[in-house]
Amino acid sequence: MAEYRVAREGDLAEGEKRVFVAGGVEIGLFRLDGRFIAWRNACPHQGGPVCQGRIFRRVIAEAGETGRPAGRRYHERDVNIVCPWHGAEFDIRTGVHVGSGLLRLAPVATLLRDGAVHVAIADEVEHGDGA
Amino acid sequence: MDAPLPIEALAEIGVETDTRLYLDHARRHARRHGYDRWTLVDIDAHHVESISWKEIVDFIEDPVLRDQAKAYHAERVGAPPYGLVGDFGLRYQDCGGRIPHQADRRERVEPGPHRDVVLTRRAMEALAVAYMVVFPTSMLFLGMHPQPQMEVALGRAYNRWVEATLLAGDAGILALAYLPFNTPEEALRVVEESAAHPRVVGFTVTSTRYKPVHDRAYWRLYRAIEESGKPICFHAGYHWQDPSLATIPTFLGMHALGFVWCNMVHMTNWILEGIPERFPRLRSLWVESGLAWIPFLMQRLDDQFLMRPSEAPMLKRLPSEYMAERCWYSSQPMERGNPKALALTFEMIRAESQLLWSSDWPHFDFDTPGVIYDLPFLSEAAKRAILGGNAQRLFGLPDRRPPGPGGA
Ligand code: FES
Repeated sequence: MAEYRVAREGDLAEGEKRVFVAGGVEIGLFRLDGRFIAWRNACPHQGGPVCQGRIFRRVIAEAGETGRPAGRRYHERDVNIVCPWHGAEFDIRTGVHVGSGLLRLAPVATLLRDGAVHVAIADEVEHGDGA
Repeated sequence: MDAPLPIEALAEIGVETDTRLYLDHARRHARRHGYDRWTLVDIDAHHVESISWKEIVDFIEDPVLRDQAKAYHAERVGAPPYGLVGDFGLRYQDCGGRIPHQADRRERVEPGPHRDVVLTRRAMEALAVAYMVVFPTSMLFLGMHPQPQMEVALGRAYNRWVEATLLAGDAGILALAYLPFNTPEEALRVVEESAAHPRVVGFTVTSTRYKPVHDRAYWRLYRAIEESGKPICFHAGYHWQDPSLATIPTFLGMHALGFVWCNMVHMTNWILEGIPERFPRLRSLWVESGLAWIPFLMQRLDDQFLMRPSEAPMLKRLPSEYMAERCWYSSQPMERGNPKALALTFEMIRAESQLLWSSDWPHFDFDTPGVIYDLPFLSEAAKRAILGGNAQRLFGLPDRRPPGPGGA
């Protein structure tokens, strides 16, 4: 396991992201709820650079009380990272595709030390496609 | 001052991102697995001809129409391309800004070769593709033009522009000539004029249209194509005004069905009306409908044919046998949700000889070559065939390297 110092705590404002290569691995670092969350920059759909996509709030629709559709709106809290290759959307907090639990981002451990964010990368990670 | 962080930053991807960076993961996958040393043929990619429409109208042969088109483009700022009929579904393709490459490609292109040649070469380099067959975009709707003579004029102008611009720009860029299929004698003229061009590797019918493919009016055309030794291709498309799609409220649903439905109708007529028997050496290529429709249609037509053979007396075998032996298919957008179903599909369509990988880049549902390379049930020989060998045989292409460092 190798650790890399990848950002100062103040580098990312709430809701922001950074994507970088550390130890030969592409990683997306997100700040949400004051926490740092990191995912591998490899989409489980076709291997696209998912973390280099744009962030969108989750779109939801609920049936009204009478069963009538209430129309689409944005979720108040949930935000997704959207893969720029084909548009697959993943909840930034959970890494799970919003439409299917079968597609999940691969997590990267983060830790905060001395005011800096570090990521821990397992030695057996296969370096290659940026994945 | 803090010491700089020991990391390399990667920028957010947007409409300005260079194609090679956008597709960098695909390139690395090819390199890591070594298939960048194979001859890959992408039999369906696109350029956006509407951006160059001002140039293309210069190739219209009718002097009056040409002058009208040029005057329109000179004076009507922000006007849509002269004479083209689009579909408003085109506006939804980038899913509201989620898929930037579908919205636009504003990456930097240095003065020199035509922008579409540069962008095509960049995509070839990134996808490790030696040959890329380039199709238009908005023109996929041209078969719905209310004036058949406009399909002829614009289709011919486009063909001439493609030869002068794209095909002249790189030996790896190939095209299938646009057939103005609503006017059979004009479609025949296109075949006669372009069959000898070495980089025109076949002929395209855009499938979004209401013409019966088995009409006797096409028999001379099919004979000429058969004699050219090059395939006829049915490139699918959608059309939201098609009454059968009119109830669908989303682009997702309309696109999912529309891109398959047109080819299902044409294939049904192609087979049941006995075109493969009438033209035994005519090879047909069915493009951009994915693969899941083929086993469905094979089973459906076989089932019905066994009960009513008197209605399809030209057939000497089952419809599925013609579909598996006499038709070729492009792979994209390959449905991958059920690996068992996909493996069975490959078996039913005889993928090792009939399937041709295609990317459809830069459209939102493009496939990288990795979708074929990563399939666990294929041998290396099958992967090589599907990613390029089958297309090399169909189009008569020698081995070649992709463009870029160390390549063509
Ligand atoms: S690779 Fe990410 S959506 Fe397809």
